[in-house]
Amino acid sequence: MTAATRAHRWRIYVLEARYQFLMVLREPAFAIPTLLFPLIFYLFFGVVLGARSFSAAAPTYMLATYSVFGVMGPSLFGFGAGLAMERDSGVLLLKRTTPMPAAAYLLAKVAMAIAFGAAVILGIFLLGAHGAGVVLYRWQWFALAGVVLAGVIPFCALGLAVGAWSRGRGAVAITNLVFLPMAMLSGLWIPITIFPAALQDVANALPAYHQAQLALKIIDMDGGQATLLHVAVLGVQSLALLAVAAFGFRRAGTGAVSMRPGGTS
Amino acid sequence: MSEPDIARLSGVTHRYGSVVALEEVDLEVRRGEVLAVLGPNGAGKTTAIHLLLGSLPVQTGKATVFGQRPDAPGVRARRGAMLQISGVPDTLTVSEHIDLFRAYYPTPLAAADLLAMAGIEGIEGRRFGKLSGGQKQRVMFALALCGDPHLVFLDEPTAGLDVEVRRGLWEEIRRHRESGRTTVLTTHYLEEADALADRIVVLHRGRVIAEGAPSTIKSRTAARRVRCVTRVTVDAVASVPGVVRSETRGQHLEVLTSRPEALVRELFDRDPDLHDLTVVGAGLEEAFLALTRESDEPEPVR
Repeated sequence: MTAATRAHRWRIYVLEARYQFLMVLREPAFAIPTLLFPLIFYLFFGVVLGARSFSAAAPTYMLATYSVFGVMGPSLFGFGAGLAMERDSGVLLLKRTTPMPAAAYLLAKVAMAIAFGAAVILGIFLLGAHGAGVVLYRWQWFALAGVVLAGVIPFCALGLAVGAWSRGRGAVAITNLVFLPMAMLSGLWIPITIFPAALQDVANALPAYHQAQLALKIIDMDGGQATLLHVAVLGVQSLALLAVAAFGFRRAGTGAVSMRPGGTS
Repeated sequence: MSEPDIARLSGVTHRYGSVVALEEVDLEVRRGEVLAVLGPNGAGKTTAIHLLLGSLPVQTGKATVFGQRPDAPGVRARRGAMLQISGVPDTLTVSEHIDLFRAYYPTPLAAADLLAMAGIEGIEGRRFGKLSGGQKQRVMFALALCGDPHLVFLDEPTAGLDVEVRRGLWEEIRRHRESGRTTVLTTHYLEEADALADRIVVLHRGRVIAEGAPSTIKSRTAARRVRCVTRVTVDAVASVPGVVRSETRGQHLEVLTSRPEALVRELFDRDPDLHDLTVVGAGLEEAFLALTRESDEPEPVR
């Protein structure tokens, strides 16, 4: 590959990511829930109620889990709902007829999820440190941010699987059905230790639970399972979800499925 | 590089489950022409386009563009497309969309030229979602031209637009024709094919039933509907030359024919008392029916 074509490819990746970011930033139905909900929830439950109503450790615990919640939103909605809607509108099919590399489209969404996730994490950290008096070592702040942001991998894989198997408006509903119950059952809002044992078992099957446990390990508040277990489960689940997504795309195409009889000719 | 033809479908059959969308279709796109693929809904036009765009896999037969596979990287860079169901995200502006699509191609046209070619100067700062239907189609047209393509596919470019807006878009497509690019457009408006194309291929139920210059096709799809009250029976007129279909509606006999003069003469010969006679132009659907019937007759198609 020559330097010119490398520069050209690089430019596609950068512009695709930039416009993906601008596009969702200007979409209130996406930007408001994904950016503001985790911050408002943390402000209310972690900062205002936290230490007084729950326990002294609550603001610190919730700092980690609401950050995971904050990264999960843009990853799931960008891929799940976003991808399904772009497929329905035909833009994905149109782009696939151009020389755009498919990876540029997918990485743009990952980059957007990282940018939105980082913004939410920063906001929650500021609220925690200055509003709730959360005190952590400097390495803990950085390690926490890094571990939580790594959550874009399993969450984007999950979103991709939802997006590959659902269409348009239905994808928004399905994404919400995955997003909110998983957040609660994984202990992102309140610790799962107060749930009945059966529900705690369910948590072990959810990627958000393992992601949250890894984050809680940094601040010594996890449930005590091995780090390797969480990493292994997340790795296997991510690969399985990518396979599910790939199978969905092979089945449905990138929009060509709408050309079946009953659609257009 | 020698290219016998710009794009070609050879012996292509395509099925969706048990439904046959294309059957043994041969389609050739010649360098520099505007080819209209004309047919009613469900004729297989969009399927043919997507086979040439590489967005549908070829099941039986062969599809080539510039002598290569339709999805080859070198093909993508020299081809542009405007798809039937296609929009771009509402929240980005016209110039942002153009900026992004220009980046995909190695030798893009200047943004200002694209705005001029599509007739959208002055709205480049507006978000796509805020545009009218006609403006959106013009933006999609500009996006199809971003890479300075040698070959452009326009899949029903004016579908859903009102007459005035449609004619406006025709102007842009006509100007684009003068640039010497090869264009394939699909339409179910005979008028549109006639206004824009050098050559028309008529698809009906997945088969090519006619091919030729617009004037040829137009004269052959000129079906008329003859209606009158008469003693002559449906069966009796069925054998009259040019008759495609005949039926009884209430007390009226209704006949679809490509030769109304011959039919009317025959009717008066058999029933001098016939009354309430009307002869009207038939819709395109019926014109296609006439053409299908005709294509079964042994006379040459070209």
